Formats: sequence, structure tokens, C-alpha cells
Amino acid sequence: MFARLTTTAAVLALSAGAAFAQQTDITIGMQLEPPNLDPTGGAAAAIDEVVYANVFEGLTRYNADGSISPALAETWDVSEDGLTYTFHLRDGVTFHDGTTMDAEDVKFSLDRARAEDSTNAQKALFAGIDTVEVVDPLTVEVTLSAPNSAFPTNMAWGDAVIVAPETAADAATNPVGTGPFMFDEWVKGDRVELVAYSDYWGEAPALDSATFKFISDPTAAFAAMMAGDIDAFPVYPAPETLAQFEADPRFEVIVGSTEGETILAMNNADEVLSDVRVREAIAHAIDRQEIIDGAMFGYGTPIGTHFAPHYPFYVDLTDQSDHDPEEARALLDEAGHGDGLTLSLKLPPPTYARRGGEIIAAQLREVGIDTEIENLEWAQWLEQVFRGKDFDLTIVSHTEPMDINIYARPDYYFQYDNPEFQALMDEIALATDEEERAALFEQAQRMIADDYVNGFLFQLARTGVANANIEGLWENAPTQANDLTGVRWTQ
Amino acid sequence: MKLPGQLYVGAALSVVFIAAALLSLGWVPYSVEGMNIAERMQGPSAAYWLGTDQFGRDMLSMLMVGARTSIAVAIVAVGIGMAVGVPLGLLAAANRGGLVDEIVMRGNDLVFAFPSLVIAILITAVFGPSALNAILAIGIFNIPVFARVTRGGALSLWTLDYVLAARVSGKGKIRISAEHILPNIANLLIVQGTIQFSLGILAEAGLSYVGLGAQPPTPSWGRMLAESQTLISLAPHIAIFPGLAIVLTVLGLNLMGDGLRDLLDPRLRRVA
Repeated sequence: MFARLTTTAAVLALSAGAAFAQQTDITIGMQLEPPNLDPTGGAAAAIDEVVYANVFEGLTRYNADGSISPALAETWDVSEDGLTYTFHLRDGVTFHDGTTMDAEDVKFSLDRARAEDSTNAQKALFAGIDTVEVVDPLTVEVTLSAPNSAFPTNMAWGDAVIVAPETAADAATNPVGTGPFMFDEWVKGDRVELVAYSDYWGEAPALDSATFKFISDPTAAFAAMMAGDIDAFPVYPAPETLAQFEADPRFEVIVGSTEGETILAMNNADEVLSDVRVREAIAHAIDRQEIIDGAMFGYGTPIGTHFAPHYPFYVDLTDQSDHDPEEARALLDEAGHGDGLTLSLKLPPPTYARRGGEIIAAQLREVGIDTEIENLEWAQWLEQVFRGKDFDLTIVSHTEPMDINIYARPDYYFQYDNPEFQALMDEIALATDEEERAALFEQAQRMIADDYVNGFLFQLARTGVANANIEGLWENAPTQANDLTGVRWTQ
Repeated sequence: MKLPGQLYVGAALSVVFIAAALLSLGWVPYSVEGMNIAERMQGPSAAYWLGTDQFGRDMLSMLMVGARTSIAVAIVAVGIGMAVGVPLGLLAAANRGGLVDEIVMRGNDLVFAFPSLVIAILITAVFGPSALNAILAIGIFNIPVFARVTRGGALSLWTLDYVLAARVSGKGKIRISAEHILPNIANLLIVQGTIQFSLGILAEAGLSYVGLGAQPPTPSWGRMLAESQTLISLAPHIAIFPGLAIVLTVLGLNLMGDGLRDLLDPRLRRVA
């Protein structure tokens, strides 16, 4: 009798213990499903948001604060002339199929990415590489054709992850990397499942499985979050409902910044908009705060040039294009459009564009510019605006990091053609001195602000919602990622 | 007799809706062009009877101007349907069993075979989304409806004595159709017109809900409903009022259409 009682007590204690044990699985919500799972063969942010740092790793990696730290390369040396990088690889790194990651894999990955027929979406990252040589199984020597201080940063991109020759071709549907999680299952249209990799070289993650669930409809995302079907939604698509989550102790709202400079892009090659006075008038007609409040429910930081405010060499130029309808009207008058002007405004699907567009249309109407709004789907937008350049105005967020160099491409969709700026960008690429780079970047920011190339609106905020018991999620998005290595449940 | 009740309720709802649209031509409580972010998503109050939307615009004003958009689209669409469909129907009936009849009616079947909203999406996909293309799309799928109703009504008339008399007196098919057939099927067309009108409003709301109707900033009920989706839990009135407007208007027009049919149809009158 006594024995039986103790057994019962022991069983009770056991089950109680299980109930208090920390949860070790997590379900992450994402709005878009990745088209494939190969970060070296696709531009979609959703690919990296599943696999970056979780399944695949590169020589270096981005940290949550945007800094770069060693990953598969433990250390690296740079030669005097800045041309040769010698990467010393970590010992004992294996791919999820059990094979060892060595210098040959690194050489294969870099050569594959920069090859003529490469499908890598960011070939520019590798463009400066002259040769890649294997010194010994744990040492790789990369020679550049010109010094490039950003090279270690380039190697941290999701597009530069290390893959194995045997498995690279199938990475789109069966990604095999070196990360702490390995790919388990992809139920198309619904979710991707990852499980912890037991032979991971680094510190084992606190989670033993993770599910990425794809919910495109903002209303459904809200419902799934509220019902607890999703534990965290790092890029939550309905900012209007964030106030509700903030008021609810079960949830935590994570507000960070992204690399997304949201701009009112203007077709600089257009007859009317090639006049800088018209562009300046539009810039003054815009009330940024009203757009941030109205379209993003207060989430976003005003910008006055195409640069993310969280970088040290960001220059705040918002005053140069402050909200001044009087000035805008005067400039339009001067440019010969005193009796009104009609421009097309083509809007892609995201909320910032659709809602922001209606607000901007109202603001422009106040200074005498009528807009013809056209709501487009992404495919149409890419076709008409991005490739066809058939637009006057559009709103879009440029989410690539440090992408001010797009202003040096005269054939880029807003068609800003300024040889002076193009020369400046060439200079920046060669500059290795941090102070010199800062000065040049500042000059570049001022140049596009002075030319009023586009209407610079705001830096897109990264607003996420998570269960209050989860810690370790990224607050900012220095690169497109949902790094789960440091994520854990606190209870 | 239960006819008048239905007719009165339907007519009353329809009149309110049409009056709101007409009134908006000259006066709205607040401008629908100006935005007032500070006052957005307020519930109904003395200042804003139906509250404000996500941009701080007055919901009542938005609904009034939206009614105008709906009516304009629906009237023109029904107009297109009648202007093309009725003559086609008369033509088919006059040449009953002939080649023209076959061509017209099989053409009708072809258009009818497509779900109406699919045709509308096809048209707007090809020509781009705008109120004009929505009108065209809705108008086109109205054509076979009127052609059939007209032909059906006309066929039975062609066998009647007075038509025979007209033929004997030497009148041509076209003249008979215009002078004798058309006036006698007018009631059918009025009833069908009312019903098509309500369907037109529903179609316009559907098209603009999926973004293929009137483009912003022109207020449109369907788009108001679409944009309110994520705000339902935060400010339910933004979704409820456009939804109610659509329901009540379509209900009103349908009740009126049914009422009119009962009132105008001599056979039904005798039974009642």
C-alpha cells in the first residue's frame, strides 16, 4: 500500500515536472512563403527569413545589432595592400548530411556564386573576387581585384552562405547547410519545419524544433496570433492592431528598425519631373509625420535622404524638405505649373504604399497636384514601374542594406542620372579608411537630397509580435533573417 | 393583399439611398478629400454621425459619395444592357427560329456561360482597373439578361391577334416590334431593370472589393469594406456601415423589384 502510494506520488511528480518544463518548440509566422529554400539562388527575402543562420551559415555572419562576427571562418587576415583575405576555417564543422565542411566547400561556394551562369541574386557581392584558392583544408585565400573594405560584410549575406557540392543543386527543396537547425519538411502553402542538428559545431540552440508558418492575410495573422497558433510574428503585417497586443500582457510588441527606406519615387526622366523645382515642390508638399501616423500607425522614423538612420554616418536632412505647402505652391508656380498638374501614382500592395499613397494624394492635392492613383499587384508593378519605367510617382520601400548606390544607376527605375554621384560611388567602393568613407557617404546623402531625386518618407519600422515568454528574437533587421540560435522560452 | 408593404419598404430604402447620392452632389457633411489623421477611427458621435474612417474622413460623407459611385456604375451598366440587349431580343423574337435568332441567342448563351464576375475581372485585367471599365464589365453581362427577357416576352406577343392584324395591315417587323411589342413588355423590362440595378450595385461593390472598381481616392463601398478588414477588431463601425449600406440598398431594390413585378403583372394581379 505504502509502495503504491509512493509510486503514485512519483508519477504525479513526474507529470508535474513535465508541465513545468520549458517549451522547446516554436512556431514563427511569416506573411510570405519563400519560393524556394536556396538563399544562393533566389532574391526573395522570405528565403533568408527561414534559412539564414538557422540552416545555412557563411564565412561571417550578421548579428542582431548589425555588426559582423566570425561564423564558419574563425579568423581572417588581410594583406597589406588590402587585396588578399586569408580565412581560417573552424575545425569540426559538418553539414547536416554528416560530411565535413572544409576549404574545398568554401571555394566551391564562392566560385559557384560568381560564375558566369550563376543564379545568385546578389552577384555584385562577389564581383570583386579575382581568385579563390585552397591553402589547406582549413585555410582559404581570396584575392580581390581591388581593395574592398566591405568584403567581410559581403560574406555575411545570405547569398554568400557555404554549401556543399553534393547537395547545392537540390538546395531549393532540400537545403543542407551547417547551421544549428536542419531542414525537416516543407508543406507547400502552409509551413516549413526545422529540427535541431545534434552535431552542430557551436553552442546548441535552446529549441529543438521550429516551424515557420505562412499567413498572408493580415486579418488571419491577427487571429492566429491571438489564438496562440503562432508564437511569434517577427514582421507583423497589421500595424493597426499592435495597440491591442501592447495592452495584452500575454504578448510583447517588438519594435525595431529595418533597412527599408520608404520613398515616394519620382520618374526623373519624365518631362515634368525632370525639373528639379517640381521635385522639390513635391518634397515640400509631403507631411511625413502624417504619413507615418496615418499609414503606419506611428511606427517609422522620418528620413530626409536615402539612408538608414541607425547607421553612424547618417545625416538628418529632413528639415531640408520639411512640410511647407506655401513653398511647394511657389515652386510649382515658378516651374510653370501654377494652374495645376496631374501625375500618375502607381501603388504596389503593401500597406505603406496603399495607405501612404492615399495620404500623399491628399497632401499633393493641397498644393495643386492631382494624382491618378492606380493600385497594382507586385507582378504588374515590377512589369510597369520597375522594368517598364512607365510611371510618374510610386511608393516603395528599398529594404537592401546600404543601397544608396542605386542612385548611381541611370537605368534604375527612377532614372536619376548624375555623373558626379556615380563618380562618388566609385570612390566609396575603393575607400578603405572609415573616416574617409563616412565623409563620402555624407556627401552622397546630401547630393541626392539637394537634387530632390525622390520624396524621402520614412525608415520602415520592423514591428513584430511575440509571446511574452519568448526571448532572444531580433529587434532590428540588419539583414533579412529570423535567427533562432539565441531564442528561448523563459517559462 | 401583401404587395404594398413589400413595395413600400423597398421603395423607401431605395429612395433613401438615391436621395443620399443626389444630396452628395451638392452637399456632404465633411469633404471626403481632406484627411484628418488626428481624428481617425472615431466611433459615431454628434460631430460624426457614423464615425470616422482610418484616415479621419467622415464615414457618412464617404457613404454618401460612395452611393453616388454605386448608382452611377449601376445605372450606366443597366443602360448598356438595355440599349443592346432589348433590340437584340426584339430582333431574335421577330425572326423566331431563323438564323438571326440562332446567332443572337447562342451568342447570349456564350456570354451567359461565363460567371459574370469572371467576365468583369477579365475586362478589368485587360483594360486596367477603373470605374469606367467596371461599368463596361457589368454592362456586358447585363446584355444577355435583357435579350432573353425581351425575347421571351416578345415571343408570346407575336402570336396574338393584334400583332397579326398589324402584319396584315402591312407593317414591317421592325415597326411592329417598336410600336406593338415593346410597349407591351415594358413592365417586364422595368422589373428586370430594377433587379439588374441591384445586382449592378452588388457587382460594383464586389469589383472594388477586390480592387478592380473605382480607384482611390474615389469613395466606393466595396473598397471601404476591403480596407476595413484589418480594423474590424479596432473600430468595427468602419466595416459595419459600408456593409449595412450595401445590404440595405440591395435588399431595398430587390423588394421594390419584386413588388413592382407583382403590381405590374396582370396575371398575378388577377390571382391576388
